[in-house]
Amino acid sequence: MEAYLFYIVATIAVVTGVYLIFEKNPVFSALFLIQTMVCIAVLYILLEAQFIAAVQIIVYAGAIMVLFLFVIMLLNLNIKEEAKNALPFQRIPAVVMGIVLFAAICMIIKSKLLQGKHGEYTTAYVNSVGNTKLIGNLLFTDYLLPFEITSILLFVAAIGAIMLAKRKL
Amino acid sequence: MNKELLVYLIVACVKILLVFGVVQFMIVSMIWLERKIMAHMQVRLGPMRVGPHGLLQPIADGIKLLFKEDIIPQKASKLLFVLAPMMTVVPALITFAVIPFGDKVKIFGYNIDLVITDINVGFLYVFAVSSLGIYGIVMAGWASNNKYSLLGGIRSSAQMISYELTLGLSLIGVVMLTESLSLVDVVNGQAKLWNIVLQPIGFFIYCASAFAEVNRCPFDLPEAESELVAGYHTEYSSMKFATFFMAEYANMITVSAIAVTFFLGGWHGPFLPPVVWFMLKLSACLFFFIWVRSTYPRLRYDQLMNFGWKFLLPLSLFNILLTGLIMILKG
Repeated sequence: MEAYLFYIVATIAVVTGVYLIFEKNPVFSALFLIQTMVCIAVLYILLEAQFIAAVQIIVYAGAIMVLFLFVIMLLNLNIKEEAKNALPFQRIPAVVMGIVLFAAICMIIKSKLLQGKHGEYTTAYVNSVGNTKLIGNLLFTDYLLPFEITSILLFVAAIGAIMLAKRKL
Repeated sequence: MNKELLVYLIVACVKILLVFGVVQFMIVSMIWLERKIMAHMQVRLGPMRVGPHGLLQPIADGIKLLFKEDIIPQKASKLLFVLAPMMTVVPALITFAVIPFGDKVKIFGYNIDLVITDINVGFLYVFAVSSLGIYGIVMAGWASNNKYSLLGGIRSSAQMISYELTLGLSLIGVVMLTESLSLVDVVNGQAKLWNIVLQPIGFFIYCASAFAEVNRCPFDLPEAESELVAGYHTEYSSMKFATFFMAEYANMITVSAIAVTFFLGGWHGPFLPPVVWFMLKLSACLFFFIWVRSTYPRLRYDQLMNFGWKFLLPLSLFNILLTGLIMILKG
């Protein structure tokens, strides 16, 4: 049952991902990206990571993509103008590098690098404590410093954006 | 298939159909109630012709809208234009999956929880779903290929992003008190004392942001007639137009149900059965929506944004700080 669900959702995610790249109209591209994000959230649920699934939808599909769409709609990009290839010399190196990257990913997946040993957090343990509680505990004890540094980074980025947008404050 | 699984499936399907049916019925009756209540508040009679006191008016409206011509503008993006009304109505309806509307009941020897599903991230689920509700409106505004629609769509997305933040933060206080994200736990935690007593600031912020979130008066800027014709649904006609209205009412019922669950004690109450209490509280919240609409004028757009970012957001952060401080002091 779960395997079937995985194949269905994963197929949709890949197909929408391909459409996202090849779609000419930026609004449709953004909508396809939202669909990919929602599919990834479903994959998280299949992995029994409900908290991350919910946050994935709230943050990426719900907040960031709305801003994307908002900006695309405000600018109202013209489809004809961007049809010209701005960087003609880019095509051949791009294809080569793409093939190299794809080969590298395949090699890493085939090798034993990703198969680390099992940690102390088994699925049964996570379900008994609760997803959210476990993540919260770790964030505010073991990983407090990285967590705080990330929040400061985001804060600085927000201030930077305001400074750029409003030169005369 | 074993018996347990079969019973579980049947019970789940019956619950889903029941909740769906009740919500649909409430949407229809809300249309009549809103017109009647607003009319009486403004010393008018409201609809009187169809049926006793215009009771059959929603059915008449429905039939009229069904038989109207369904127009799709020539230069509109057809797929998105058709998809947009559905995208607005679905998130509004699926939020009900986690809202508990009654205590456990025993039918034919089986214990049945009166909630479609109790998930441990219920609170986050509600916000994940409601944050997807914006897309329908944005898509409608863009796909219509009309300046007024586009402006309406942009306005509403800006408004909903701003107020979703305060909506979420206003409920954090309740989550801190309950120490759980499950909505069933939130309701169980209010058996003795409703959260509105412990979280008055939170409730105020929730109300203000809920009005903005469902685009209701006094925050109904996206459909300000005098500036934007009808906002994002200017180009819509027939059943697609009706679907947008259904979505608006469904959203109202959803945010009211969340308010009841988080602040007004859920289904807890003396004497009457739990389900009746839940419906009574829900009706009171919906009446409040109509009451406010017939009382207050619409805000200006910059007032709306200033109110959200410069007043409600700091206030909700202060509320979280205060709740945490009191919880630490009390131990």
